[in-house]
Amino acid sequence: MRVSVASLRVFGCHRDGRVVVIGARDLRVVFGGRVRAVDGVDLEVDAGEIVALVGESGCGKTTLARTLLGLERPSSGEVLFEDKPLDYRRLKAYRRQVQLVLQDPLGALNPRHTVYDAVAEGLRIHRVPGDEQALVADALSRAGLRPPERFFLRYPHELSGGQRQRVVIAGALVLEPRVLIADEPVSSLDASVRGEILGLLLRLRDELGLTVLVVTHDLGLAWNIADRVAVMYLGRIVEIGPTAEVLQSPQHPYTQALLSVVPDVGHTEQIVLTGEPPDPARIPSGCRFHPRCPVVLPECTSVSLPILGVGGGHRAACVRVE
Amino acid sequence: MSLLEWRDVSVDYAGPDGPVPAVRGVTLSVERGEVLGIAGESGCGKSTLAATVLRLLPDSARVGGEILLDGADVLTMSWGKLRAARWSDAAIVFQGALHSLNPVQSIGKQLAEPIRLHKTAADPDARVRELLEQVGLPASRASAYPHELSGGQRQRVMIAMALACGPDLVIADEPTTALDVMVQAQVLDLLTGLVRDLGMGMVLISHDLGVLGTTCDRIAVMYAGRIVEIGPGLEVFDDPQHPYTRALAGAFPRVGDPAARYAPVGLPGDPPYPGDLPGGCDFHPRCPVVMDACATASVSLVDAGVGRVAACLRVSS
Amino acid sequence: MAGLIILAFFVLVAILAPILISPESLDVTKATGERFDPPSLAYPLGTDEDGRSILLLLAYGTRISLTVGLAATLISMVIGTAVGIMAGHFRGAGSHALVGVTDWFLVIPFLPLAIVLATVLGPSTLNLIIVIGITSWAGTARLIRAQTLSIEGRPYIERSKALGAGNWHQMTRHVLPNVFPLVLANTTLTVAIVILSETTLSFLGLGDPLAPSWGAILDSAFSTGAVSQGAWWYVLPPGICVVLVVLAFTLVGRAMERIMEGRT
Repeated sequence: MRVSVASLRVFGCHRDGRVVVIGARDLRVVFGGRVRAVDGVDLEVDAGEIVALVGESGCGKTTLARTLLGLERPSSGEVLFEDKPLDYRRLKAYRRQVQLVLQDPLGALNPRHTVYDAVAEGLRIHRVPGDEQALVADALSRAGLRPPERFFLRYPHELSGGQRQRVVIAGALVLEPRVLIADEPVSSLDASVRGEILGLLLRLRDELGLTVLVVTHDLGLAWNIADRVAVMYLGRIVEIGPTAEVLQSPQHPYTQALLSVVPDVGHTEQIVLTGEPPDPARIPSGCRFHPRCPVVLPECTSVSLPILGVGGGHRAACVRVE
Repeated sequence: MSLLEWRDVSVDYAGPDGPVPAVRGVTLSVERGEVLGIAGESGCGKSTLAATVLRLLPDSARVGGEILLDGADVLTMSWGKLRAARWSDAAIVFQGALHSLNPVQSIGKQLAEPIRLHKTAADPDARVRELLEQVGLPASRASAYPHELSGGQRQRVMIAMALACGPDLVIADEPTTALDVMVQAQVLDLLTGLVRDLGMGMVLISHDLGVLGTTCDRIAVMYAGRIVEIGPGLEVFDDPQHPYTRALAGAFPRVGDPAARYAPVGLPGDPPYPGDLPGGCDFHPRCPVVMDACATASVSLVDAGVGRVAACLRVSS
Repeated sequence: MAGLIILAFFVLVAILAPILISPESLDVTKATGERFDPPSLAYPLGTDEDGRSILLLLAYGTRISLTVGLAATLISMVIGTAVGIMAGHFRGAGSHALVGVTDWFLVIPFLPLAIVLATVLGPSTLNLIIVIGITSWAGTARLIRAQTLSIEGRPYIERSKALGAGNWHQMTRHVLPNVFPLVLANTTLTVAIVILSETTLSFLGLGDPLAPSWGAILDSAFSTGAVSQGAWWYVLPPGICVVLVVLAFTLVGRAMERIMEGRT
């Protein structure tokens, strides 16, 4: 069943002609009462869009992704799927629509299961009717492993890193989800192999209309495949917008600093922030970035910045921008 | 005299089906005050090459060629001289070092260990404080335990440990992998600053050509145990001559480069297993610009510009 | 290897015993030997206080000891593995309760508990199996729980959850196959312990009085004064058999552990 972009308009809610598939509204996730991993996020991802969620460790991007998947419960706020709040009693059905691709393909596959079993697992859990073998073969070839039969009886340790990641992607594709959430999908793969996996994600978007949310710390990856970029810092999205705009004309001082230290030839002056990425258990008052901001103003310690709303434009949560 | 010189070095590991050639005929040198980058992916032999400098390979490995550390061949050194050389002449920061700290000892104690072993300072504790400051950590952290430090801080501790006995040469194997981009910048700044201030020589090993391009004076690219390209850092990154280097550079797209938008660059297949090499040019099965001759010709490093060499048939033609 | 050979021997004896030996030879009323006869050609291991051949008694005892050993081990492993996996997989009150129960069984001294249970349930082979099974699962549970916890941290469990797997699926299709090698290695060691337990309980007179397990034979030996009579053929052989079988299982268990270590 191929989902064409045209038929997608039947599902989901239209907003200015866009079809919103998955999103978050005022989402907050607090651990142990103190660690505010996600501290107020509004997000909307359109059908067939590739959004990159970038930030350093501790910024909450992985927690946000896991909450969108239903693997974590929000402390307040909502996860929206096709404009309706997520029904936590129907999580299993939700899983068929929104799938996960993890960072480490070797760890993500049970070493005792063959490739066939790994891909068929989803089908068996959801008792999908139909010819299991044909469905598995189809998913494997869509993920680029051809001829698929050759891989049925292989074990994960017999495959290369790139092939393993393709198996993980096939396992997700076999359920024909609408959304793929990929957490650092290429960071544990060899450099020369990353391109093929990224290319695969792009192809899946073009051919299947798949919506992809990529969580990564690699701005180059975002430049490579993302339509929009959302930069997170200490649990909030501090800047969001079309990739070309955010990465070439960043408005938020944090984004500017991040971009300046990406290793590149003939770059402008590097803004190397001092100190460590801070602790989500002790979020600073006012603008959460103010202790490390190279262009901080006096009002930044007390200003209350609103959550960046939804919409396609380029926005940043900074006093200097407003 | 170069600080470090590898002369036609080869390393064979003992494999289940015979020797596995991890390094095949590498010739490279590092001068004082220079940062040499070695670029490559898993299986290319870069970590093995680094380990040869202090003879840290297992006994079953056979090492050929000469490795001259300040003129003296490490491979023929007596055991006593080798032990003395280890850490006080050359030190290595290993891959995944931030996980190599003993979790039940304070970092101050662990830093003091090489100092005590080599008796390089009268007051080890004072030296420990000095080292911590050199790597940008407050001296008070000497009493902290590894789990209390962040990844970036642990990496700094490993660098401090490498500096403990005042070596002339530091080899850092993937020092910034697994670190955030901002912390990576801090660590790279630290490393280049140390080379500048202490006049050391440094070898930086990484698969991230971007990192190497912006910090190294020269870069050598390794593939399947051989060097396939050498040149000045920025030039190798900006204008690669060898198709493999081009693919490696493409894997880290430049933000702002319109050609990289929606066009990920990747190679089919995998970095080769050293025991299972194709004939001819090692890279030809994956090469995007392969020619017929590549499958059988023997390829060696040829001139590819001022101060540059590359091992590719297309370069010589 | 040596362990396997010894084991094979005993298993053979256990299987063949009823075929080769008529049950009559155990019948006290039909005993033909002299009381406490030393070993001779007719009675290779001598006779007991009723004139029965010790050798034949031992052969029959093999069946009982091995049967109880294996059956009780099965019960122990099933309970232990199930509790261990559930305690490791689930979080919250249920898991705490399971761990609490496990700890309770670990802490209570085995022998007093077994004696109490055996007395309450009454002397029979089946009850012996139940008693030993119930009192020896805790160690396994602890071990399996620890292994489960380490497996739970692996990404493929999370992937399974993300695919929509429920608890049962995760525990049976992912955790169980990966703890299985440990279970196997642990089983053989448990059998050894169980056989020792059975011998002890029978020796204390808590087993089936009609079933001549090795422990029961020892019990008879002591209570009928074989020691003071100097009838060493009555006292030593059962003990030696127990030692040999336990040793065999232990050797096999160790070998399996080494194989598992190589694999993981």
